[in-house]
Amino acid sequence: MIVNLFKGRTRAFGPLARLGAVVTLGVILVALLAPYIAPYDLNFVDITRQLEPPSSTHWLGTDENGGDVFTHMLHGARVAVLVGLSTVGICSTVGIILGSISGYFGGWVDEIIMRVTEILMAFPGILLAILLIFITQEPSLLAVIGALSVSGWAGYARLVRGQILSERERDYVEAGKAMGYPSRRILFVHILPNIMAPVIVQATFGVAGAILAEASLSFLGLGPQDTSSWGSLLDQGASYFLLTPYLAIFPGIAIMLTVLGINFLGDGLRDMLDTRRSIEAEH
Amino acid sequence: MLRFLIRRLFTSLIVIFGVVTLVFGALRLAPGDPVESILGEEALEVDKAQMRECLRLDKSVPEQYALFWGDVASGTFGELCNERGVTVSDKLKANLPSTIELALASMLVALLIAFPLGIAASLKPYSWIDNTSAVVALLGISIPNFWLGPMLLILFSLTLKALPNPGSSVTGLTALILPAITLGSALSAKLTRMLRSSMLEVLNQDFVRTARAKGLRERTVILKHALRNALMPVTTVLGMQLGALLTGALIVEKVFARAGLGMLLLDGIEQRNYLIVQGCVLLIAFIYVFVNVITDIVYGLIDPRIRYD
Repeated sequence: MIVNLFKGRTRAFGPLARLGAVVTLGVILVALLAPYIAPYDLNFVDITRQLEPPSSTHWLGTDENGGDVFTHMLHGARVAVLVGLSTVGICSTVGIILGSISGYFGGWVDEIIMRVTEILMAFPGILLAILLIFITQEPSLLAVIGALSVSGWAGYARLVRGQILSERERDYVEAGKAMGYPSRRILFVHILPNIMAPVIVQATFGVAGAILAEASLSFLGLGPQDTSSWGSLLDQGASYFLLTPYLAIFPGIAIMLTVLGINFLGDGLRDMLDTRRSIEAEH
Repeated sequence: MLRFLIRRLFTSLIVIFGVVTLVFGALRLAPGDPVESILGEEALEVDKAQMRECLRLDKSVPEQYALFWGDVASGTFGELCNERGVTVSDKLKANLPSTIELALASMLVALLIAFPLGIAASLKPYSWIDNTSAVVALLGISIPNFWLGPMLLILFSLTLKALPNPGSSVTGLTALILPAITLGSALSAKLTRMLRSSMLEVLNQDFVRTARAKGLRERTVILKHALRNALMPVTTVLGMQLGALLTGALIVEKVFARAGLGMLLLDGIEQRNYLIVQGCVLLIAFIYVFVNVITDIVYGLIDPRIRYD
């Protein structure tokens, strides 16, 4: 499938895209290794040293409880990567399945799925996620991923549906039908690999979007309460920014660099896979 | 055109129906007793019973659903049970203008940045100004506005003392500047890139060459002939981005402690006031759907090439 994707599309992977890939891999690595490379335990607090500026013992200073900000930032990468990857994983899987069914079979199934996506997309940005997390009462990591997934799959479904609509008129689909293959096989084995390029590009941007959404929710106090995320660090920092501006500065830089890196990677993939047209047609 | 209009309005009605049903259903699925979350567990039984009646929790779910539709259709969005005689729409009306003001101001900021930058970039593609605008645009999209806001505050209010602190009594234009820049940054980035690519496309077309061949001044060619035609896709983006502005406003209002729908929604969430949360979410979704319909229609009206049949 991968071979299929890149065949005949040999446009260069630009320097910015490479930089993006390095940043993205770096963040993933930090996320995986956080407990091992963090200088302190996540629950470590030293109440005699609250809100201290960066020093040799606490590289990025300490927070309101005397916890090590650097340690919390490293663990924040875990939350970002976890939320980013699992949200996009769920959204794209659901979106691909429902979008394929919608585009390939048409009829009333298509009608229903498309109306549902329209209703979900009537809630701009993170509004639906805010509502869903409000309902769960105790926002957790799982609740945030769930809420972002409920509102996020619609975009993938519409993209996949559009791709399938143009693809299903192609000769090889006709050939598959003539061979007597079942629809399921034509759809998932023959058509899907051919339309994956724009989905991969959208998913890459989706990871950045999910990380930003989680940070926004955390900043609003609706993020996971059971762990430290960049957004909640920024929220805490923002309430002390008169006193200790760096508390708000560092998590913001982490979010920005991660999102920027993933967006560079997405831009590079889009140019390389040459999917600009199909992606833009959806937006 | 008329057929398109009717169909477009019809699908929006289905969407509105779905949105109302979804919000109603979601809030009814929430665990916990809404009466206790508003009054607290220690409240008197009499008060609880009264609140239960006011929230219509004594009625069956279908009945609640029907009455809920009545509230939505009448535009009151229900009566606030902890403040007798006050409806949710009173609260919304009190807070909406501030949010609209912020959204429009940030749109203005975005246009003021995007027009010169986007046009300049398109006139000299791949030059230093184009590359700079590309980097600025990417930064604009990647900088979260809940970070940009505090940073601007540190810079302008605390270090330079040029603009008022958040929460200070200063109102009017000066209090609007930083929130508008914060909220408008992402939109200005998107519009700049959009305008650039759309200008590039238009500048290569025959009518631009004709205009130049007629000996028109370059200024006229670009501003009158090219720009007007390049504005079509920008109009759509502007319409679609209003939703992003509204949710962005929720965050920016928190950053700057500015009254508005966002603060109302967050207060509602904190107090677990279902009616306020419900009202805010519905109002924002309604505005979004409405603006999308208007954008579609306006797009059809200004672009003679589009035929809806």
